[in-house]
Amino acid sequence: MLRILLNALRTGVVTIRYPAEPSAPPDRFRGAPVLGPGSHLPPPTVCPAGALSERLDAGGRHVALDLARCVFCGRCAEDPWADAVVMGRDFELAAHHRDDLRIEVVADAPAIPAVAPGRDAEAVRASSEIHRVLGRSLHLRHLDAGSCNACDWELSALLNPVYDIRRLGIDFVASPRHADGVVVTGLVTRNLETAVRRTVEAVPDPRIVIAVGACAASGGIVGEGYASAGGVDRVLPVDVYIPGCPPRPEAILFGILVAVGRLDARRLHREE
Amino acid sequence: MTDRALTDTLRAYATGSIDADAGPRPSDLTVCLGRTGDLPAAAAALIGPHSMALATVVATDETATPDGDLKVRYVFEPTAPGGPDRFVTLLVSVDAARPEVPSLTTAVPAANWHEREIRDLFGIIPTGHPDPRPLVVHDGWPQGVFPLRKTFDGSRRVPVEPADEFPHLVAEGEGVFEIPVGPIHAGIIEPGHFRFTSVGETVLHLDARLFYTHRGLEKRMEGLSPLDAFYIAERICGVCSVAHGLGYCEALEQIAGVEAPPRARLIRSIALELERLYNHVGDVGNICAGAAFHYGTATGMRLKERLQQMNERLAGHRFLRGLVVPGGVQLDLPDDLLGALAVTLQETLSGLDGLMGRIEANPSVVDRLDDTGVLPHQAAVDLAVAGVAARASGVDGDARRDHPHGAFAGPEPPSVHVATASEGDTMARVTVRALEARESIRLIGEFVRRLDPGPLQVALAEPLPGGRIGIAAIESPRGEAVHWLRTDVGGRVERYHLRSPSYHNWPAVALAAETAIVPDFPLVNKSFELCYSCTDR
Repeated sequence: MLRILLNALRTGVVTIRYPAEPSAPPDRFRGAPVLGPGSHLPPPTVCPAGALSERLDAGGRHVALDLARCVFCGRCAEDPWADAVVMGRDFELAAHHRDDLRIEVVADAPAIPAVAPGRDAEAVRASSEIHRVLGRSLHLRHLDAGSCNACDWELSALLNPVYDIRRLGIDFVASPRHADGVVVTGLVTRNLETAVRRTVEAVPDPRIVIAVGACAASGGIVGEGYASAGGVDRVLPVDVYIPGCPPRPEAILFGILVAVGRLDARRLHREE
Repeated sequence: MTDRALTDTLRAYATGSIDADAGPRPSDLTVCLGRTGDLPAAAAALIGPHSMALATVVATDETATPDGDLKVRYVFEPTAPGGPDRFVTLLVSVDAARPEVPSLTTAVPAANWHEREIRDLFGIIPTGHPDPRPLVVHDGWPQGVFPLRKTFDGSRRVPVEPADEFPHLVAEGEGVFEIPVGPIHAGIIEPGHFRFTSVGETVLHLDARLFYTHRGLEKRMEGLSPLDAFYIAERICGVCSVAHGLGYCEALEQIAGVEAPPRARLIRSIALELERLYNHVGDVGNICAGAAFHYGTATGMRLKERLQQMNERLAGHRFLRGLVVPGGVQLDLPDDLLGALAVTLQETLSGLDGLMGRIEANPSVVDRLDDTGVLPHQAAVDLAVAGVAARASGVDGDARRDHPHGAFAGPEPPSVHVATASEGDTMARVTVRALEARESIRLIGEFVRRLDPGPLQVALAEPLPGGRIGIAAIESPRGEAVHWLRTDVGGRVERYHLRSPSYHNWPAVALAAETAIVPDFPLVNKSFELCYSCTDR
C-alpha cells in the first residue's frame, strides 16, 4: 500500500490542460487535408473513402472534400499531388451540420469558403438551452453501432489520467436511462440497427447524439451495403459530427464541448 | 514431412482422385479432392498423423468461371514448434445446384464457425453440422439470399423479414437462471450478446452470439483495386491496424511477386511490436479494472497512453495507421524519433515491471486471477486457439517464428522467445502477456540496431497479376491472423478473407467461462482480450 502511494506521488500529475491550453499534435500528425488553389488537384479516384468529388461548370473544375467521410490516410497528399494537397494540422473539426464539413475549391482559383448555413433563431435558442441545462454536467452513454474499435478506444482514453474528461464535468455512464446523450461510434450495421434505435430511445428526452469518427459521421470508408445502413444520421438525428479515423482524444473532447455549447464549432476556410 | 509422403497418406485415406500441386506459395501444397466425401478422411489424415491444425476455411464463388462451381478451401498448418512455414490446402469443388459439403465440426471443432459462416454467406450446407443456427446474418435475414455469392449486389440493402426470437443454447432445470447480457454493454466496449445459464453464481453454460458488427467488409473489398482495398483491410480492426494492414500487404506482395526492402521490413516489424506492446500493456491495466485494483487500472491506462502518443509521433496516427503500405512503408524512422522511442520503451519497461510487481504482491488481485477461467490444453488444441490464450494453455505456437513475416522473413532473423505457461487460467494469460510485452521491447531494440539505410518501398504496378492467390499469417497482438487474397483476371480483388485470432478464440472464452462464476466473467473475457470487429468483419 505504501509503495503504491509512493509510486503515485512520484508519478505526479499527468493530466493535460486542454482545452484551457491548446494542444499541438506531433509533426507527423495528419489533420484536415488542405486543398491548394493550383490546377493539379487530385482526381476523386485517389480517395479510398470516396471523400473527394468533382464537378465541372463554367467557373472551372470544382473539387470538394467531405471531411465527414475522410479517413485522413494522406493518400491525396502523396506524390504526384503533394504540391496541391497538404495534410493540415487541424483536428478541432467537429460541426453541427454535415454540410459544414464540406470544403470545395475551384482549380486555379483561390479557395472559396464553405457555405455555412445561417443558423435560424430557433437553433440558436435550442443551443443556448442545451448549454444552460447540460453545459456544466454531462453524462453520456457510449453506443458502438458497428465500429472497428478504434473510436471506442479513444473514448476510453478520455477517462485515462492524461485526458481525465471528468475534470470537465463530463462522464460516461452504464445505462442510457442515466444519460443526457449518446456518443455513437461506427456505422450502423444491419445487426445492430434495432439495438441502436432502442438504446437512443431509452435516453430521456431532450438528448444529444454525437457521431464520433468517419463511420458514424458518414459511413466512412465502408459506406452503405447489405450489412450497413451507413452513418448514424441515416437512422437518427445527429447533433454533432466529429470527423477522424479515429478522431484523437482531444478532437472528441472538442466535439463534446461543441455539442453542449461550451466551445464554438469553427467554420472551415473562414475568411479572416 | 515431404509432399510425397503427405500425398501418399492422403491417397491411402481417400477413395477418389487426389491431385496435389505446390501453392499458393512455393512451400505450400494444394490438394484437390476429386470426391467431396473424402474431405473428413483427408482432414483426419492431416490432423492425426501429420499433427496439423485448421488455419482457415475460404469459400469462393466461381460459378462465372469455366469451372462453374463453388469452391471451399480448408487450409491447414503444422503445429510442431519449429516446423516448416507451410500451408496445406484441401480444395473441394461444390456443385452450385446442390451446394453441400460434409461437416468436419464433430471431428475438427475449430471448423465449427467457419462452416456456419459459409452456410450463411455462400449457402454451402455443411451436412451433419451439429448447430443449425445462423452465425453471421441475424434475425430477419431472408432465406436463400447469400451475400458473398457473386450474383448478389453487395451495395444493396436487404429488407428485414419478421423473425422468431433467436434460439439460444441454454441449460434448464430447477434453480437454473438465464442471464442475458448485451449486445450493448455497460462500458465503452464492442457489442456482443452473452447468454449465461447459471446456478447461483456458477456459470453452467455460456452461449456467445457475435457478428453484431458485421459490416460486410470482405464483400466491400471485392472488385476494388487491391491498392485501394488496402485502406479497408487496415480498418477492419482499430487495435490490430498494423497486423491486418501488414497481412494484407504481404498477401498482395506475393501476388505481385515483389518483396518489401529490408529497411521497410524492419520498420514493419517495429510497428507490429509497438502495436502488441500498447495492446498488452493496456490489457494488463484492464485486468486490474476487472479485479477492482484501481491503481493498476490507472497505471495501465497511463502507460498505454504514453505508447499511443509515441505512435502518433512516429506514424502521425495513434493506432499507427498509414505507416505500413503495400510495397513497404510510407514513413521512415529517423534517428531523433528512434531516440525518443528508446526513452519511451525504457519507461514503459520499468512501468510495466512495477505494475506487475504490484499485481503479484497483492493477494486480493492474485486470488481473483488464480484458477479463474481455465482453458485446458486439449481444448486449446482442438479449437485451434491462437496467441496469448493458446500459449498460456501450453501451446507453443507463434506466427513470428512459424510463418516468418516482416523482419523475421529476412536473412538471419532475430530469434523470438515464445513465452508459454501450462496453467491456462487468467493469471497465466496475464503473466504470458507481460512476458510478451517485455519481449516486444527487446525485439524493437534489436530491429532498431539492424536498421541500415535503404529504400522504403518497391512499386506495385497496376494492374496486378490476375488469378493469383496470396496467403499470409501474421502474429497480431491477439495471435495468428491468416489472410487469403485472390485477384480476378483484371488484377482486382476477387476474394479476400481474414481469419482473425479472435475468430478461433471466442469459443474458447465460452468454454473457459464455464469454470468461473458470473462476476469473474469480465476478468476471464479481458484476459483473452479478443476483438469483436476482427471476428465479425
